[in-house]
Amino acid sequence: MTLLDRHGFRPDPFRRLPASEIAGHPAVILPLAELQSGLLVRTGGQRIGIDIANTVPAEEAASLANQVDLIAIAFPGFADGRGFTLGRRLRQAGFRGILRAVGPLIPDQFAYALACGFDEVELPDAVAARQGEAAWLADLSIYRHSYQRDYARGRNILDARRAARNGGAA
Amino acid sequence: MYRYDEFDAAFVRDRVAQFSAQVERRLSGALTEDEFKPLRLQNGVYLQLHAYMLRIAIPYGTLSARQLRQLALIGERFDRGYGHFTTRQNLQFNWIQLKDVPEILSLLADVEMHAIQTSGNCIRNVTADQFAGVAADEIEDPRPVAELIRQWSTAHPEFSFLPRKFKIAVTGAEEDRAAVAVHDIGLRIVRHPETGETGYAVLVGGGLGRTPMVGKWVRDFLPKPHLLAYLEALMRVYNAEGRRDNKYKARVKILVHEIGIEAFRARVEAEFAQLDPQRIQADASEVERIARYFAPPAHADLPDNPPALRRARAANPDFDRWVEQNGFPHKVPGYQAVTLSLKGIGEAPGDISSAGMRLVADLADRYSFGEIRVTHAQNLVLPHIRQEDLHDLWQALAAGGLATANAGLITDIIACPGLDYCALATARSIPIAQALATRFAAPERQREIGPLAIKISGCINACGHHHVGHIGILGLEKRGEESYQITLGGDAGNASAIGEILGPGLVAGDVPDAIERLVAVYLAHRKPGEVFVESVRRLGIQPFKTAFNAEIRHDAA
Ligand code: HEM
Ligand code: SF4
Repeated sequence: MTLLDRHGFRPDPFRRLPASEIAGHPAVILPLAELQSGLLVRTGGQRIGIDIANTVPAEEAASLANQVDLIAIAFPGFADGRGFTLGRRLRQAGFRGILRAVGPLIPDQFAYALACGFDEVELPDAVAARQGEAAWLADLSIYRHSYQRDYARGRNILDARRAARNGGAA
Repeated sequence: MYRYDEFDAAFVRDRVAQFSAQVERRLSGALTEDEFKPLRLQNGVYLQLHAYMLRIAIPYGTLSARQLRQLALIGERFDRGYGHFTTRQNLQFNWIQLKDVPEILSLLADVEMHAIQTSGNCIRNVTADQFAGVAADEIEDPRPVAELIRQWSTAHPEFSFLPRKFKIAVTGAEEDRAAVAVHDIGLRIVRHPETGETGYAVLVGGGLGRTPMVGKWVRDFLPKPHLLAYLEALMRVYNAEGRRDNKYKARVKILVHEIGIEAFRARVEAEFAQLDPQRIQADASEVERIARYFAPPAHADLPDNPPALRRARAANPDFDRWVEQNGFPHKVPGYQAVTLSLKGIGEAPGDISSAGMRLVADLADRYSFGEIRVTHAQNLVLPHIRQEDLHDLWQALAAGGLATANAGLITDIIACPGLDYCALATARSIPIAQALATRFAAPERQREIGPLAIKISGCINACGHHHVGHIGILGLEKRGEESYQITLGGDAGNASAIGEILGPGLVAGDVPDAIERLVAVYLAHRKPGEVFVESVRRLGIQPFKTAFNAEIRHDAA
């Protein structure tokens, strides 16, 4: 798998391990079912993440928000947009850790993913080989402004218009 | 009309650049065909039977003369000199080459148009009453809110990969001319019974296709400043919970049906309660900015029914009939809206040539403040005609073959492209429409029969809205032959209803006789002043069924 954030491809500091084997690893991702046992053996400073499906209900997701450092949401296919909503719900519930999208997204969804609150995308290597770093980064600068308010990205048109009305710069 | 500001203009340009790059990435193999498909669909590009089809948005059905001229040019340069208006206030070109699409999109951007989200699993082109700003029964013009929703839904980061397509329609009038009850969301502008404040009543879960359903009320009164937050909440519930295991069960209507409207409402309200409407909604001054573009044009002070009009009507029965049939009352005295029928006898419903588009554009400039409307019945409307100009207008239209006096009558047939163009079709629909129009062509006969909506689809997807036709015709395929299933009693208006099947399928050649038999039952039993669908409602389906089945040859059953 290849990890990508808004600056490009980068090494993944997290390792996927079962709860019984996390000792000595500074950053690990556990299956959701092993979260509680992982938290019991967690050592100070150790960062813990979990893998979750995109079907986790909103309330359950909210209860995870203050327990972990990273939440990785599975995208079974790029056309399955449930992860965008789940990411947004986690941010709404106050999750401030790292939000990761895992699966075969396409570069044309990268700006959307960041706007919904994701920080990074973990891609199958085959996808990353076909659609290189440049294609992903290009998606972040296609639109000078976008229309929706209250999504995590700069430059929305409603606020730019308001600024223009008030005589300020956009 | 709405005019793009610098931000809207930049947005559509950026979109064209993005799509051009996506086409290149497809050609280089960086994008697979599966990955490219939703991207091209969200830019209105379909792969059809013979060529690519491009579907262009005409948001809430309002078009300027300049825009229509550009469509004429595109039709000439890149298609075969014509275009096709659809039941969702879009225009389709059926003979496009993929390589030309970026250039066409940039010609559209030149006149503040686009093809964004006219297809794909996203929020589609928002439709509205074609008589917005004209009709006397209007509480408020629906177009400002339709434009607000258009902007909010454009390239939405969270709702661009929904379980299925999502269609929103708005009406501000008492009579529903936008078929809001058969959309995923239908908005009606209403007045609060106590405070008199205007807001929205919200319907959800209507739709046609293989499981036709009439929408259900999810919110009786939504204050205006809450609109975008409420839509966001509703879309979020649908995006999370709409079915993705079966594309035929993926529309929001199925979710609403499966969990029930109460549970659906509760989930939307719970989601809505967590949002801060003010952070999502546009400022009041932005809403006003949009609304100002839809301020009425500078109508003159004119008397109703001027002598010139009376004289011309008395002198010319054809003109008189056209005014009576295709005219729609304008709320400003001395003016009239008129429907330009794209249902000339024997023609393909909704088609118009580039020359026809230019004629309409010129006449709109001369007589209608440069404004044209597109209706979901696949016709055009000139919304602001001085009554004293009607005769001149009619003569000019007649010379161009656009003065057919059949708006709302039995030959004003809605038909999808069917097997002549569509890759999904199971039967032809255009030739059925042509045969029926020819059968009922005589003007006196049409007038005697009165208002009657025939709607034809070439497959179960129901693009021709057959379920809500007073008479619906669905083309299927049985043992290698086209077979037409006839339904009766559907209605797209305030009394929305889904038609009932009358009997076994018919071969194409038997359809006109069968429709004749239904019309005969109506003519024999109607009460004075009762239109076709009212008689059906009063009499029930049985007498029609009996007549329908009387002479059927069962070879196509
Ligand atoms: C020619 C290419 C076309 C294709 C491939 C196509 C495809 C489809 C499909 C697959 C559906 C069913 C969607 C569902 O059930 O979820 C549908 C529904 C629909 N289409 Fe089309 N269509 C085409 C043309 C048109 C045209 C020309 C019109 C207008 C005359 C139109 C308007 C509609 C409408 C109004 C619906 C019903 C929406 C509903 O289910 O509520 N489409 N179309
Ligand atoms: S109803 Fe069927 S045949 Fe007609 S346009 Fe839609 S998909 Fe094609």
